[in-house]
Amino acid sequence: MAIAFLSEAEQQAIRAEIAHYDSPRAASIDALKIVQSHRGWVPDEAIPAIAALLEISSVDVEGVATFYSQIFRQQVGRHVIRLCDSMSCFINGHETLLAQLQEILGIDAGQTTPDGRFTLLPVCCLGHCDKGPAFMIDDDIHGVSSLFPEGDGGGPLRDGDGGAEHGVRDVKVALMRLLEEYV
Amino acid sequence: MKPAVFSQRMPSFGRVNQVPRTAETHPLTWRLRDDGQTVWLDEYRQKGGYRVAETQLAHKTPEDICRCVKEAGLKGRGGAGFLAGIKWSLTARGEGIPAAYLVCNADEMEPNTFKDRMLLEQLPHLLIEGMILAGYANQAVRGFIFLRGEYVHAARVVERAIGEAREAGLLGAHIAGTDYSFDLQLHVGAGRYICGEETALLNALEGRRANPRAKPPFPGQAGAWGRPTVVNNVETLCNVPVVLEHGPEWYQALARPESGESGTKLMGFAGAVRRPGIWEVPFGISARELFEDYAGGMRPGYRLKAWQPGGASTGFLLPEDLDLPMSSAGMARKGLRLGTALALAVDDRVSMVALLHNIESFFSRESCGWCTPCREGLAWAVKLLSALKDGRGRAEDIQQLEKLVGHLQPGMSFCGLAPGASEPLRSALALFRDEFEATLARSPPLPA
Repeated sequence: MAIAFLSEAEQQAIRAEIAHYDSPRAASIDALKIVQSHRGWVPDEAIPAIAALLEISSVDVEGVATFYSQIFRQQVGRHVIRLCDSMSCFINGHETLLAQLQEILGIDAGQTTPDGRFTLLPVCCLGHCDKGPAFMIDDDIHGVSSLFPEGDGGGPLRDGDGGAEHGVRDVKVALMRLLEEYV
Repeated sequence: MKPAVFSQRMPSFGRVNQVPRTAETHPLTWRLRDDGQTVWLDEYRQKGGYRVAETQLAHKTPEDICRCVKEAGLKGRGGAGFLAGIKWSLTARGEGIPAAYLVCNADEMEPNTFKDRMLLEQLPHLLIEGMILAGYANQAVRGFIFLRGEYVHAARVVERAIGEAREAGLLGAHIAGTDYSFDLQLHVGAGRYICGEETALLNALEGRRANPRAKPPFPGQAGAWGRPTVVNNVETLCNVPVVLEHGPEWYQALARPESGESGTKLMGFAGAVRRPGIWEVPFGISARELFEDYAGGMRPGYRLKAWQPGGASTGFLLPEDLDLPMSSAGMARKGLRLGTALALAVDDRVSMVALLHNIESFFSRESCGWCTPCREGLAWAVKLLSALKDGRGRAEDIQQLEKLVGHLQPGMSFCGLAPGASEPLRSALALFRDEFEATLARSPPLPA
């Protein structure tokens, strides 16, 4: 049985979600998120299992799984860094942050560190445009104020100009300090 | 229930918490705490919360409420600015028609928009009270809050607030002892900007890929699971208790006279300004008031080059346009939309070509891929902008970009994403053509 791939806990949580809606299909995104919360990502075998629980086709579940950017169909690291690349953070120096993170982690956006600790992903506007460049590590939201708690929380981090206010090298030091919290 | 404090490195606390606020001038935000923590049920009630819902449900008919909201001229705060009262009056009802659903669009993802998050995190009960009233006005049997997945903190707050309201009898069967029954469910999404388009949102809610639906039928006739569905933005719903408490005339008078707007609006400025943030201000104030008096102008060493009034899908304006009122009519004078009224300052050190490359890359990535002009056109625009940005562009590339703008206009695509994407590009090409052309000088000659 395809369903048996999912643990009792996963199945129970998905069934509880199904009960909230007019049709079981409505729980498809929740079901994928439930599997992801248990395993960190959604492996291939989970797709027919969810489809069987929701009584829809595997293709429908896969279609949903690959549409939404926060459903991971590949294994990700223990911690997922989501870096806002929308225009306000671009103006606030997102590229500096991206370059520093790439250098520290030795990976490009979309990749996972060889030790399986971090995955670096782009994300749309996180709604912290007054405190950007903004990024998330797992469920935690961060920005200039978490990198420089003593600063005034403002001023672009752009290379060459904003760097003068915060010091581009300091951004790297601050980032490394922050990443240490995510083992 | 004891109030919970969720720890957050970057709380929603901001400038909006630091300005003096009164119930008369800041009807939306006067209940905010100075420390930016959530106003939970007890405090919300101490500050007069839920009194409007209890009174209206007991003494007014749904028609009374619809009429009041319509007369007040409450416009949708999600970016399109459609009159909420008109939307409500178009909701199908009658014998043989299933009861309606109410959906709160909390899929805040328009770049540079950070107002709904503040309301969700700090004033969840104002939203719930607004949804009870909107639900009653539309005789909805059920409400959904469609929240974007990345708003983790907001999800925790709203979930807890719904629990508080349910426990207090403000949600569920026979709300506050009346005949009206209505319950709310939080639905947390999993990413993608397109979910903010109301028909795409309904597909997402139903557990499908978030492709927009053809209109008609409009959601008011056949929305979620075929039921008549009212979709309103967070800030719009938060205005509903204000309108009903004070009445249409009082509400209209909050806005600047002759602005063609009603009420207050959460507006903001981000970019290299001295005090980036959001504030509740009279609808129709000038952009200069917002930029200078609230945001404090540019940070030392930065000069304002251009600005966008309300999100990535609104056009660019020049510094001399700052005297325009922040209103639909004000922006229409320049052929633009107001959007979300959260403005972005572009300083002189930002290349317009690089900025447009960033903006169009966003729209291209977030295109759902359903229709050709959007799926192919935006990818092409990104390719051209990328070449120009890196000094590989040719003069024809600029002309091609202008052609693409024409192919992305309203009416050429299935939904509003492509027209929204074309707006900043069209205006940047018109206002800053010299910057686009200056990149050409760096281009190597074409191979023979």
